[in-house]
Amino acid sequence: MSDFLAQHPILVVSGIKVVVMMLVMMTALAYLTWFERKVVAHIQSRWGPYRAGPHGLLQPLADGLKFLFKEGVTPAGVDRFAYYLAPFLSLSLALTSIALIPFGPQEIRILGQPTSFGIADLNIGLLFLFAITSLGVYGVVLAGWSSNSKYPLLGGLRSAAQMVSYELALTMSVVGVLLLAGSFNLREVIAAQRGFHWGFLPRWNILASPLPQVLGFFCFFTAAIAETNRLPFDLAEAESELVAGFHTEYSSFKFAMFFLGEYASMITVSCLATILFFGGWLSPFPETRFFVWTHYLPTALLAAAGVWLILDGLRYSTLLGKIVLPVLGLALCGAAALVSRPGLLEFVQGPFWFLGKVLVFLFIYVWVRGTLPRFRYDQLMAVGWKLLLPVSLANVILTSLAMVVGKR
Amino acid sequence: MSAELAVFLVLAALAVAGAVSLIVQRHPIHSALSLIVVMVSLAGLYLLLGAEFISAVQIIVYAGAIMVLFVFVIMLLNAGIEERTNLSRMARYVGLPLGVLLMALLAYAIGRGASSQAPAAAGPAPTKTLAMMLFQDFVFPFELTSILILIAILGALVLAKRES
Repeated sequence: MSDFLAQHPILVVSGIKVVVMMLVMMTALAYLTWFERKVVAHIQSRWGPYRAGPHGLLQPLADGLKFLFKEGVTPAGVDRFAYYLAPFLSLSLALTSIALIPFGPQEIRILGQPTSFGIADLNIGLLFLFAITSLGVYGVVLAGWSSNSKYPLLGGLRSAAQMVSYELALTMSVVGVLLLAGSFNLREVIAAQRGFHWGFLPRWNILASPLPQVLGFFCFFTAAIAETNRLPFDLAEAESELVAGFHTEYSSFKFAMFFLGEYASMITVSCLATILFFGGWLSPFPETRFFVWTHYLPTALLAAAGVWLILDGLRYSTLLGKIVLPVLGLALCGAAALVSRPGLLEFVQGPFWFLGKVLVFLFIYVWVRGTLPRFRYDQLMAVGWKLLLPVSLANVILTSLAMVVGKR
Repeated sequence: MSAELAVFLVLAALAVAGAVSLIVQRHPIHSALSLIVVMVSLAGLYLLLGAEFISAVQIIVYAGAIMVLFVFVIMLLNAGIEERTNLSRMARYVGLPLGVLLMALLAYAIGRGASSQAPAAAGPAPTKTLAMMLFQDFVFPFELTSILILIAILGALVLAKRES
């Protein structure tokens, strides 16, 4: 083992990072479904899941078990190869794209080897992400075609047209950011956003100096929602018209793979929006004496959440909740104490702001789903070609002009 | 070095297998999928040569856009399984020798080139170099190509409008 490590440090370290990342991502995906159901429920004045475990916290586990043990029905006349390939493609491509996301500025050490915080750090990180995203359409298209059924076929066709159309706007909308950063590398894109206007307003790309990338962000986020097949652009699975669209004929774990793939790409898009437009792991507060207290924000938030969980758990109605919630709360308080220690305090800043911003975007995703009605198909195409594409092209031209004029 | 060779062999085998499968498969969608495999493994080969940008663009443009349209059209027309026909006499008697001749020529050319030419500079070529070449040294052919594509798009539009 140690010989192998000495000869191929990159392989071993990457392997460890991939395994850890998979575990973290799978848990995050499971609880993202819980988060979405809870938020949508509260938007609609319901409680959401609350029976399986305290506050429904065991619901993802119950759902996962249900998917595992359900019978996997394969309809007659399907194209077997493509039918089994499609969900696999959906999930694996969505998970691969997360490997390119950097989560923090510092290097971490695994088995004594320094390595970047994130699985891969590519020179062409952003391009590679788009390459993987552009392949993601095959999962949906193949599922629709191979099911040998009319509704999935319609869903697959819609999805193919939609994703090809919105990919253009998605790619064009980030060109402004790339011009400002001068690099495809996601770390360098974040590094280019360092600094503050007038000492307090962060120089994130959304407020960048020659030209704020507000138009770019608007196009990016709209196109990204369409690329991930989420409401209000989920025409591929519009249940009022197409039963369940491309995954109508899928059951049990194959369905769950589509589901997880969709949530994984939601996380990727949120990370990307954070990195490209909102400064990634950069803190919104300047590094001055006056703002030193912001370093203790992670501690304060964790401690507050812990105390709230303990208090809530003590008056929870079920016995399980009375035990589990205070234990969770105590764990959070312990984490808060750990995070305030000098060594970890600096390390936690980057990931804290990064994950905080990503959570905000995930909330917006769910919020949009809970409040906006679905687009009609012709409206969808009109928005993509007649609004987003011209606006993102205009953004490219305006940004280039502003950069040339600003340089003079 | 050995790791690079292993990756090369895997990618090359995938590309060849995909190409053979593209011809052998009888369903158009399966052929299209095989072509995607070929394109993705070619992208891997480019990456191995240090051409990061070309590799990513290969996937985005060919595998991600052009092939999606191919698959889209096959799905839209609902093309079924193709029937096998007997090879024409011409293909049977002239095709095979010509194919062998072509392979031999290629092998000869590559074998001679490998011994006489110095290996290309290794290491990733920065995207900036490529951009400089495209937009400064070769800007005229580049713009000409884009005008050609624009004309093709307009032509397609005109044809589509006339039919409806």
